[in-house]
Amino acid sequence: MVTETAPELVRVENLAIDFATAYGDVVALRDVSFSMRRGEVLGIVGESGSGKTVACRAILKLIAANARVKSGRILFEGQDVLGLEETALRHLRGEQAAMIFQNPSTHMDPLMAVGRQVGEGMVLHEGISWKEAGSRAVALLDDMRIVDPERRARAYPHQLSGGMRQRVMIAAALACKPKLLIADEPTTALDVTVQKQILDLLRRIRAERRLSIILVSHDLGVVAEMCDRVVVMKDGRVVETGSVEQILEAPQDDYTRRLIASQPALLKPTVTLRPTAEETPHLAIDQLEVEFSAGSSLVGWALRRPPHVVKAVDGVSLSLRRGGSLGIVGESGSGKSTIARAIVGLVHPQAGHIAVDGEVLNPALGRRRPEQQRKLQMVFQDPFLSLNPAFSVARTLAEPLRQHRICPEAEIGARIAELMAKVELPTNLLERRTTQLSGGQRQRVGIARALALEPEILIADEVTSALDVTIQAQVLGLFERLRRELSLTLILISHDLAVVRYLCEQVAVMRNGRLVEHGPTDLVLQEPREQYTSDLIAAIPRLRSSGIPVARSAVAAAP
Amino acid sequence: MQIPVTLVIGIVLTLAWIALALLAPVVAHYDPIKTDVQHMLQPPGGEHWLGSDATGRDLFTRIIFGARYDLAMAFFGVVGPIILGTMIGLVSGYFGGRLDAVLMRILEVTISFPYFVLVIAIVAVLGPGLKSYFISLTLVNWVSYTRLVRSQALVLREADFVLAARTMGLRHGRIMLYHILPNAIIPSVVFVMTDAVLTIVLGSSLGFLGLGVQPPTPEWGAMIAEGQTYLTTAWWISVFPGVAVCSLAMGLSLSADGLARLLHTGP
Repeated sequence: MVTETAPELVRVENLAIDFATAYGDVVALRDVSFSMRRGEVLGIVGESGSGKTVACRAILKLIAANARVKSGRILFEGQDVLGLEETALRHLRGEQAAMIFQNPSTHMDPLMAVGRQVGEGMVLHEGISWKEAGSRAVALLDDMRIVDPERRARAYPHQLSGGMRQRVMIAAALACKPKLLIADEPTTALDVTVQKQILDLLRRIRAERRLSIILVSHDLGVVAEMCDRVVVMKDGRVVETGSVEQILEAPQDDYTRRLIASQPALLKPTVTLRPTAEETPHLAIDQLEVEFSAGSSLVGWALRRPPHVVKAVDGVSLSLRRGGSLGIVGESGSGKSTIARAIVGLVHPQAGHIAVDGEVLNPALGRRRPEQQRKLQMVFQDPFLSLNPAFSVARTLAEPLRQHRICPEAEIGARIAELMAKVELPTNLLERRTTQLSGGQRQRVGIARALALEPEILIADEVTSALDVTIQAQVLGLFERLRRELSLTLILISHDLAVVRYLCEQVAVMRNGRLVEHGPTDLVLQEPREQYTSDLIAAIPRLRSSGIPVARSAVAAAP
Repeated sequence: MQIPVTLVIGIVLTLAWIALALLAPVVAHYDPIKTDVQHMLQPPGGEHWLGSDATGRDLFTRIIFGARYDLAMAFFGVVGPIILGTMIGLVSGYFGGRLDAVLMRILEVTISFPYFVLVIAIVAVLGPGLKSYFISLTLVNWVSYTRLVRSQALVLREADFVLAARTMGLRHGRIMLYHILPNAIIPSVVFVMTDAVLTIVLGSSLGFLGLGVQPPTPEWGAMIAEGQTYLTTAWWISVFPGVAVCSLAMGLSLSADGLARLLHTGP
């Protein structure tokens, strides 16, 4: 699409940036060089802390007050951005290049109608009247495929959905017809089906407006789908640059190879459902209904006013054999996490029951026998929230052992060491505070804590979605091994069908609290019966949208 | 880790006062109570470093001995409120619901009274003295700690590590004590320093009004009050105890500021 002769738009040369902190200077970027031609879509991919966001913000000189540019320069159409004065920068930002962010809600003014926010840039940069800007904003919103743009233009950000807010932010960015759009993780906070719509939108406006785009993402799948060329970053350095084909099919750097091999879409399924003789299911959920009431207050209670009720789970029945694995997928708000919490007893269902080995459990956690509590354990989504920051690793693991008297006091140390070995962590981490661990290490501690009670059923709630993709692959591998070795019955809650396909023999698709589809994983993925399931499957970013066999050479080359 | 300068200065200042209070009989050579009519209203310098008061007592000695009372007021004045307030805040935030609603209404009623007036009223009912001062502070001042701890507990009870503790079968009391409290107490630790300052100033004010420590006990607020009639002729009687109050308050304030920085930027 881009000719080799197209003029160069951005050139970053040997950029090095440090952050000055109270604890000394921290390296953010070193020797970062890349360039892009006009009309190109450049992807910058890397894990958290790789410096990808700092690098792309620097193009607009949007750098933090404590950032120190050590060396290097950034040329935008030959002009040195880092040397520009504030006035010149204002013309650059908005008129020449614009930016959209991961979380549109924090980058919009909550007290300003969205139409005005879109038009504001035109008034400031082009000096047109608010009235004219208003009508152009409506036209722009229409072009972003926002239904009923005139009415939406008068709405405030909180009245719009996440996907719609991102469309508004793109409209605002395009208001002054910039040449370059920098999109920093534009779809990370969105559900997969909405992500697909936003990527389609970016692709269309790019073609229609001959826009150049820099797309920053941790997700190689998204980058591969959208971009012409890719810059791979790690620890503040560029490890590899090349066309999408080069990067995917002949990656030169070890890290790039690892990144590709870690893509969940490439993980081979590890289980298939074997039909077994009729037996009592290990876990059975029958007609489960969970309601949340909002806005209950003392006044409402005194006046006997009925609270506003939301049905989070609406008549869901599922069952699972001993040693089986079930994936529950769905978007945010579909009720999948609520089911997990109802199983372990953290939320009270309004109707239905949960049975283990045919024995119905009391819905209240406190009324269940210790033995029943012990059998059902859960691993939580965000390892940064699921461990007590005041505890050491050893104390975190000792607590459940003591609570349920799993072993005599004298053996606790040995038992903890055993648990650490199970989750492949070195025992020298035991005296560390949980806050001193990395995300992947924390998640392993979270798994070890759940395993301490020797559970029979393990519920994993989005356990990898807060982790970088290479760490995610390792943790998923750990789950697979533990499930096999400890004959655990596993329930995996995820928004990612690829992750479910890797670990689960059966899958349940949820939407708005209802079970949309349920069956053996391979069957559901190959022949989905429901349109919604097909949408979910279609929305998984593939490494190649063209349908070329999924970068087989890359996988073969990976360690 | 870098220790904030304000914390160092604050702690040095506070520790200096504590040391002086403990070593009072060694440092000061006069009797803080016994009057000496021969040397009334001596200006600073000479035999009395900071001068003497209307009954001839050495001001330096009285200020050093007074530190014992004022430090005790600062310490005991916050101990009661922090224990009561933290307990109520924990229970209220963790359990929520109607219990929380009822406790919060009690809290709002307490807050809606003017703070100073309420303390004075309770002291007046119980009779002057340190004991009634501590009781009244506990009854009035728990609200600050309750609000701080409750707001943290409200968030923490939904935190994944608390849910994890519940799925492991831990009892509510254990969860509150080991999982919520250590993570909810940090704002209170910072606030306690500031609160101690307010407590000293309040105690001194009560001393000034005659509701605090009774004469002839040396207490800074009471001393300032004693000197007010001599302000134009013997300024030192009020000014030096005033300086003492300010410096201790400054020490605690700086400690609070430094502690806040340390805990917020810490790992």
